[in-house]
Amino acid sequence: MTTTSTSSNAVEAPAPPARPRGWRALPSPVRHLLLAALGLAVFTGFLLVTGDLTALRMAAVGYTMLSIAGLQLLVGGSGQVSLGHGAFMMIGAYTTALLVIHMPMLPLAADLLLVVLVAVVAGIAVGAATARLHGPYLAGATLILAVGLPGLAHRYHEVLGGSNGLTIRTAGAPPFLQGVVTNSEWKALVVWTTVLLAMALLATVNSGRLGRRLRAIRDDENAAAMAGIPVGRTKVVAFVIASAAGGLAGGLQAYVLGTITPGSFTLALSLTLIAALVLGGISSMWGALWAGLAVVYLEIWASDATRALNLDRDVENNLPVVVFGVLLILILRFWPLGVHGAVQRLTAPLRKKSAPR
Amino acid sequence: MTTFLNLTLNGLATGAVYAALALSLVIIYQATRLVNFAQPALALVAVYIAYTVSQMTGSYWIGFVAGLLSGLVAGALVERVVIRPIAKSSELNAIIVTLGLLLIVQGGVGMIWGNRQHGFPYAFDYVGRFSPADVFAVASVAVTALLLFGLYQFTPLGLRMRAAAFRPEAARLSGVKVGLMLTAGWAIASLIGALAGMLAGPPFISPNAFDGVFVYGITAAVIGGLDNPFGAVLGGVLIGLGMSYVSGYAGPELATLAALAIVVLVLSVRPDGILSRPAARKV
Repeated sequence: MTTTSTSSNAVEAPAPPARPRGWRALPSPVRHLLLAALGLAVFTGFLLVTGDLTALRMAAVGYTMLSIAGLQLLVGGSGQVSLGHGAFMMIGAYTTALLVIHMPMLPLAADLLLVVLVAVVAGIAVGAATARLHGPYLAGATLILAVGLPGLAHRYHEVLGGSNGLTIRTAGAPPFLQGVVTNSEWKALVVWTTVLLAMALLATVNSGRLGRRLRAIRDDENAAAMAGIPVGRTKVVAFVIASAAGGLAGGLQAYVLGTITPGSFTLALSLTLIAALVLGGISSMWGALWAGLAVVYLEIWASDATRALNLDRDVENNLPVVVFGVLLILILRFWPLGVHGAVQRLTAPLRKKSAPR
Repeated sequence: MTTFLNLTLNGLATGAVYAALALSLVIIYQATRLVNFAQPALALVAVYIAYTVSQMTGSYWIGFVAGLLSGLVAGALVERVVIRPIAKSSELNAIIVTLGLLLIVQGGVGMIWGNRQHGFPYAFDYVGRFSPADVFAVASVAVTALLLFGLYQFTPLGLRMRAAAFRPEAARLSGVKVGLMLTAGWAIASLIGALAGMLAGPPFISPNAFDGVFVYGITAAVIGGLDNPFGAVLGGVLIGLGMSYVSGYAGPELATLAALAIVVLVLSVRPDGILSRPAARKV
């Protein structure tokens, strides 16, 4: 490793995207944490030049991205298709709301840790119950989970608030930062810090032994079992990690929005998450970034556009959905690997130039 | 006891609708190995066309026939134009494409007919226990299932369709037009889906009217076994009865959770559904 690095330093690649040769030599947790820190710095700079509204939208992009990244590990990694990911976001959101209401003294970090814990327990329960299922059977079972769970909010409306949901008040920017950042910008920063840390963790897991085992199971379950991989346990672990990411994302959503209703965790949410994952690119965690941006911004752009075109109300209300559907089909038709696949193909010549021979 | 009887009959009637939708999913799964999320969209188009035609002609039954025919055509078109080019790339992509189609059709229906509800009539009188409308639902689904069984088992077309589904290579070598058979499968499935839409539509239709029915249809197909049309019918009846009992005795808001419980229970005992044969695994 070291010998090749010195030799390629001598050759010197001039292209800017060329990373230092030592980069790959770093242990993967360090590498991912550095990337996360870089991402946070870029995001902070981005917030400085944009306004409050963008901050809130980017916060939404953040937690959506985390949720989808968890799904990427599960679906892209182990090949288990879950259509009920929104259910775990709902569990996370309601747990956060209940914690804030009933234990207001806990700091946000403790709330979020507890949320992850609850989501892990839920993930173990669901994952263990569905570990033997494969393909469409798992999809069907998780689908009905996503549809059924909001029913709980109506059933236990004294605790969970029925269809009006729960409303919480969360603290904004700390006093010493008053005037430097607005409350929305502070929330966006908190969300992105949490999201990037969690994603660094996910990426580390994904590039480590567990990720390799997951991909082995995805490609051939029997071969993986013969190679000594505990198939059932590994699948449950993947499910649990995904649900933890989903739960944490839901908790962050509750923190940003302050209102949690069963109506925001419908089947449509779960289906949008998986569709966006495929749209962004299922084979890499970068896909989650494109997916998060697509989920939040496509709808905003489409409704802005229809308002500008002064269309009929029925058309205006339905156009964003149609645009999302058309994009989904077109992208999968022409770029089966999603947006990330297309980006990789476009940048392939650049990377080839900078790669060591 | 009368409550029990009422709930049973109610459950049978709703179960018939779930069974019909499950049947349409199973036919497509058998033919192309994908769960068709666009099924409620195809049913939606059929029902809205039926609505428009019966408004224009003043006859429910002309609209009914028009709805079923448009379901047939829509199914064939979707398979040819949208599914076939993408189904090759990956299984998940094909599923997501049907999802995209669902979004487009639901949005499109909302654009043309509006998001508000339209009144959609029952075929027959619907008042009372096991009303004529309920009898019609159960009977039409039963007849459809029997016709389908006959088609698969006793006609040359059915034989070709089964051959194309189970051994595409061998079928092609024996002169079966495999692609045409897939299209036929989609068309028949969408016809049955359109029937399910006609039965599930009343009293009101709106672009999201079939979301719930569709979820229970998938559930029924999954617990019955995606490979077996009889399983679909059995699953539909099971889900219909289970949800009817739970909502009658414990409260309607628990009905969906009851469906979840049924799925978990059935699949933990038989992971491939009640009526599917365990597949031999090849290494």
